[in-house]
Amino acid sequence: MAKFNILLHEMVPEHILVPVEEEGKLLEELGISKNQLPKIRKSDPVIKALEKISGDIEPGRIVKIVRKSRTSGIATIYRMVIGE
Amino acid sequence: MKVEVSKGISEIKFGLLSPDEIRKMSAVKVITPDTYDDDGFPIEKGLMDPAMGVIEPGMKCKTCGGKVDQCPGHFGHIELAMPVLHIGFIKEIYSILGSTCSNCGRIKLTDDRINEYKKKIEEVKNKLHDIDYDDIVSDAESEASDVVICPHCHFENKKISLDKPTTFREEGKKLTPKEIRERFEKIPDDDLILLGMDPLVARPEWMILTVFPVPPVNVRPTITLETGERSEDDLTHKLVDVIRINQRLRENRDQGSPQLIIEDLWDLLQYHITTYFDNQTPGTPPARHRSGRSLKTLVQRLKGKEGRFRSNLSGKRVNFSARTVISPEPFLSINQVGVPVRAARELTVTETVTEHNMERMKEMIRRGPGNDDPAVYYPGVNYVYRRDGSRIKVSEKNAKDVAEKIEVGWQVERQLQDGDIVLFNRQPSLHRMSMMAHEVKVLPYRTFRFNLAVCTPYNADFDGDEMNLHVLQSQEARAEAEILMKVQENFLSPRFGGPIMGAIHDHITALFLLTYRNPLIPVDMGMHILSYVDIKEMPPVVEEDGKRYYHGRDIFSTILPEGVNIEFKGKLNDKNLDPEGTEGIVKIENSKLINGAIDENAIGQSKGVLLDYVIRKFGNARGAVFLNDLTRLAAGTISYIGFSTGIDDEDVPHEAKMQLREVGKDSVSKVEKLIENYRNGLIGPEPGKTLEDTLESMIMKVLSQAREKSSEIASHYLGMENSTVIMARSGARANMMNLAQMAGIIGQQSIRGQRQHRGYTNRTLPHFKKGDIGAYARGFVTSSYKEGLNPTEYFFHATGGREGLVDTAVRTSRSGYMQRRLINALEDLKVSEERKVLDTEDSVIQMIYGEDATDPSRSFAGESVDIDYIVKETFGKKYGGVKK
Repeated sequence: MAKFNILLHEMVPEHILVPVEEEGKLLEELGISKNQLPKIRKSDPVIKALEKISGDIEPGRIVKIVRKSRTSGIATIYRMVIGE
Repeated sequence: MKVEVSKGISEIKFGLLSPDEIRKMSAVKVITPDTYDDDGFPIEKGLMDPAMGVIEPGMKCKTCGGKVDQCPGHFGHIELAMPVLHIGFIKEIYSILGSTCSNCGRIKLTDDRINEYKKKIEEVKNKLHDIDYDDIVSDAESEASDVVICPHCHFENKKISLDKPTTFREEGKKLTPKEIRERFEKIPDDDLILLGMDPLVARPEWMILTVFPVPPVNVRPTITLETGERSEDDLTHKLVDVIRINQRLRENRDQGSPQLIIEDLWDLLQYHITTYFDNQTPGTPPARHRSGRSLKTLVQRLKGKEGRFRSNLSGKRVNFSARTVISPEPFLSINQVGVPVRAARELTVTETVTEHNMERMKEMIRRGPGNDDPAVYYPGVNYVYRRDGSRIKVSEKNAKDVAEKIEVGWQVERQLQDGDIVLFNRQPSLHRMSMMAHEVKVLPYRTFRFNLAVCTPYNADFDGDEMNLHVLQSQEARAEAEILMKVQENFLSPRFGGPIMGAIHDHITALFLLTYRNPLIPVDMGMHILSYVDIKEMPPVVEEDGKRYYHGRDIFSTILPEGVNIEFKGKLNDKNLDPEGTEGIVKIENSKLINGAIDENAIGQSKGVLLDYVIRKFGNARGAVFLNDLTRLAAGTISYIGFSTGIDDEDVPHEAKMQLREVGKDSVSKVEKLIENYRNGLIGPEPGKTLEDTLESMIMKVLSQAREKSSEIASHYLGMENSTVIMARSGARANMMNLAQMAGIIGQQSIRGQRQHRGYTNRTLPHFKKGDIGAYARGFVTSSYKEGLNPTEYFFHATGGREGLVDTAVRTSRSGYMQRRLINALEDLKVSEERKVLDTEDSVIQMIYGEDATDPSRSFAGESVDIDYIVKETFGKKYGGVKK
């Protein structure tokens, strides 16, 4: 099968790696600690695809996901990368 | 009531009972497999030894001296002749056997690896990682189980396999429980943490039983039947087996019997102990009672729907509740529930006597418990409690004396009275509206009664349904129920953000009749109708031909709140049905209905635009009043006008019959033609379909057109003077398709969306030729329900109808299970003050509730704001568009 970039597929929502410097500010805004965030595995195909762009992603990094929502039009959520 | 603050639980730790502990907690060493002697007295050192507790009233416990209600029961023990595996720990035993060295007992990992794992476990304890301790243990175990040469003693370990359920083999050689136990004893405490055990509370060898605890007799009571026969509990039966085999095993071992016999007995003992714990172990035949019923042993007591957890802990039976048949009562408010006197006398509310209510309490007590058939109901009192908690039963005789005795601080169990807040519920409780708070209205007769608008949320009808009622006991509970659970607080459904309650069936018919074509209602009749509702002002009188009338729409307008201005489309909004435009567009100005007929779209449940508008604009309380008035006005109207339907409502003139027959014949011959064309190869396949599929879809199209045409003819000949048409057009019940099926053609009977085709070889029924794929042979019904069906049609109709029944049966059970799983997964989620959705560890599930922070029950059909409404209310009529 031909390889393609899954990030460009219309059914994959936008995933953006949050820069480490901005994490503190972001968490403060959200009013939560990092561990409270939903998780995403390092082995997730999306994270693998992101790694091709920005190099190795350490567990503990935050990914911003912007997706379509039936209720609010656009919803922004954050996930913390975990091992495996 | 004293409020006790219990201690907080920070941690729960599970451990194993060691043989020493079992002996220490034991009150008696059981050695005899018998229970009672011939005189009915428990045998010493038997399974019913009085040292293990008392079950007969009047006896005293030999261990603690307590009576039946004081003695908690005491364990006994059996010394097993040979060790036996505990079936609950087979998996653990297997993995520990695999990951430790059979020679030195160490875990088969190098010291470096052990230290690494230990460090990780330490970190998990300090919550530095997001992994479970259990996961580390299973990692360590799987790593160690792959090692063959022990890193500590360099012994070459053999592969161990598990022969389910309880046999372990080392390269084919059987490992006895005794050998396993000896190996486990060698494992040092320090390695246990990697095996998931805390040496302070558990050692691996304790998973192999040498001493067997015998539960107290309270746990397995003897049942005495009416005939005087005694029947032992299943557990006792099983314990008898255990002791018996244990004795034989010991005797044989001490006599030095052949190894084979001992092994057989050992296996038998293992079987009995296994089934004692779990009688449904895979690979083990369940132990049975003499009658053939399988025994209910420990695991069976706990597991499943009838088990201790789901049946007795999650689902408890409650006091202060009642259950009876329900019936309708249009004169009750939607917030009320009618409670029969018999139930009201039994259900009580506990009130504390104070200086302020002393007189009222005395009066109630003086009435005593009362009778079930009073001319007028007044609440009495069943029990009175003194300050020390002692109870006095109030009877007719002592009522006056007790009334004089009461003091401040006493508690009075007062019977239900009008206005008490109760919870009312119908199973299955599928959504939160299945349990709502009502105000009590005590009524004669024996059923619970409520307003018909409340049928919808409970999904109730009156063909024998029963419902439950719970009386709230504390002031806090009553306040909370009134604010959150009252019927009027649940008007707007959290599912779709519209009113879930509303007018149904005859309510809609009645108000439709009252407003359709704005009829003139003679004054006397109008008075009768209006006497059902409480109104401030009479509608204007119109004179015609010297007689005095009200307009039907004016009568309806009397129940509207002040300030209603709305315009929307009704069900009759259709050029053909309403050529003059006087019925389809409902227009209300300054609370006067000036155009349109009131139908399902105005007041029906979940659709009622007008109802929705009133609830949103004037609040739940006014909404409740409006719905009460609505149902009463409807009852008044329809009981005066009278309304009925029968099969002759589907009578159509001869010419219509001919037309309908023509439609039937026509479509059958059209199908024949299609088939002929297909046989002659004149039909080509449509894209993505086989030739047969193409033909099939063409036939289906023709036949569904037939039904549509028949529907058209039927509605043409059945006009608004017809009761069934009134019901269908107003949305009260049924639709025009149903009427067409009664008067005209029933149409194609399908299974899984296809024409019926299964049955005999190449045909559906022996009544048809093989290979016949015509309309009749595949389930097309040209008869009507009124005429009746011919035998083949009847058969096809039954098969098609059965599909519906099977589908609903399958769907309910399947969706019930899905819902149960969903609820179990979501039950602990909460919405924080910042509207985040969090679980019990405060992990985020949703960044913001529903991603839009909108409560659907406070939304407008899912939108946060109803902009049309705001524009109209703010800028007036000029900008007010008609709503979608």
